[in-house]
Amino acid sequence: MLRLPSFRLEQPDTLPQALALLDQAGPEAAVLAGGTDLLPNMKHELRRPSVVIALSRVKGLTGIAEAADGAIEIGAMTPLAEVAQSALVARALPALAQAAALVAGPQLRQRGTLGGNVLLDTRCQYVNQSHFWRSALGFCLKKDGTVCHVVAGGSRCVAAASADTVPALMTLGAVLEVARHDRTRQLPIDAFFVADGIVNRRLEPTELLTRVRVPRPAAGHRGAYGKLRERGSIDFPLLGVAARLDLSEAGVVEHADLVLTSLAAAPRRVAGAADALRGSAPGHAPAEFETAVRRVAELARRQCRPLPNLPGDHEWRGEMVPVYARRTLLAAAAGQGPVHHV
Amino acid sequence: MLVRGLRRKIGVILQLQVNGDVHEVDVPDHWTLLEVLRYRLGLTGSKQGCDKGDCGACTVLLDGQPAISCLVLAREAEGRSVLTIEGLAPRHVAAGGCGVDPVQAAFDASGALQCGFCQSGMILSAWALLARNPRPRPEEVRAALAGNLCRCTGYTQIFDAVARLATAGAATAPETSPEAVRD
Repeated sequence: MLRLPSFRLEQPDTLPQALALLDQAGPEAAVLAGGTDLLPNMKHELRRPSVVIALSRVKGLTGIAEAADGAIEIGAMTPLAEVAQSALVARALPALAQAAALVAGPQLRQRGTLGGNVLLDTRCQYVNQSHFWRSALGFCLKKDGTVCHVVAGGSRCVAAASADTVPALMTLGAVLEVARHDRTRQLPIDAFFVADGIVNRRLEPTELLTRVRVPRPAAGHRGAYGKLRERGSIDFPLLGVAARLDLSEAGVVEHADLVLTSLAAAPRRVAGAADALRGSAPGHAPAEFETAVRRVAELARRQCRPLPNLPGDHEWRGEMVPVYARRTLLAAAAGQGPVHHV
Repeated sequence: MLVRGLRRKIGVILQLQVNGDVHEVDVPDHWTLLEVLRYRLGLTGSKQGCDKGDCGACTVLLDGQPAISCLVLAREAEGRSVLTIEGLAPRHVAAGGCGVDPVQAAFDASGALQCGFCQSGMILSAWALLARNPRPRPEEVRAALAGNLCRCTGYTQIFDAVARLATAGAATAPETSPEAVRD
């Protein structure tokens, strides 16, 4: 039996109320959206906030809409199930729709939110355990300790960024709208994550993620998401791959992107992927396109060295990097996906 | 101040609508819906398994949607309708049926349980699926039950039970007439 530690619950009705509460409480507070990440972490005593500020009653934080300039704006409290089922998202942002549909199981997608997934805490097989389990082994860098159980002698936490939607949003050039009681700022998602497993998000304790804005995709945009996990039904990713291909009217790749997650503390963009794919034409010269895809898969393999930070064999995860990179790019080109083993 | 102090001491009186009844319970802020169901209301049909959202044994329906009750704060369930496994048969009888709910009967007829620990969550996820989609395809059944783990059956009999109802035209949809349920 895992119990929550005690706290005071606040249920503000408006965004200014929520921001004021957050400003008063500061680092003592935790923000509760769907609770599917925060509450298990609190049960494991990875966090012990004295105040929990629930956003469920705050109006104006849900919904998916197309802005006048063609951008797609998704409220941070929009359930993942809604993102996954939205016809607009499926048509315009296929990688995001596929990623949202592969988060956890149906109950958790109904309750979990897009904002919560973007802000998902990093995960490690030595961290996401009960307090009793962690105390038996000895605490680690991420919480309460001074050593790393993943990297012997390591001084930097390597807990893995594990949000499925983040690599998809990174390929789409998403911008995060972040509010504080006295201001609102727009932050490109590319600049939001840092390679520090203890806290990998650049969000101040008094700030709230309110909206995710995705610029209007190109007319010939194709995208797909690939996910490796232990069980097809519920698990966090052991590897997540988001691919983007923007095709010209003639079917030539004008822009491409490949972002991987669940390897290190921050999601990783494959360097050189765009250059390798640009100019190829999946429809007209499939053999040449596949050669370019294989080159990108090899780049991904060389740039990624999975650590034993997640359950399972990390060398196998490393072998899966080029496989999922290749399959996800091919699926994107074919307008298909997701790439998933079940 | 006195009232405030009293509030703090006994927690907050919550009004929870469970299986059609309104319950007033005093609960500390950090209690989950599952803890209130089991330890305040005595509704132990919702099981306490992993307690962290992996297993689905604590699944209840919140406004008709399957929800993991060990990850819902009790106060967050206020103002919403909660349906637990205990509520299915009375609801079925109130709608003019007899005996247990057809989903429960189908699980029984298909032998869709061994230890029974996952069964209440499994039945509620299946019930919610059939309520919105009376004739689900096999892959839709698997997807709808993906968040409920069973360590005994290997799932085959569970999928059989739901397929039995899907073939019968889904007697369980709330909007279905009692006559159709009996047929």
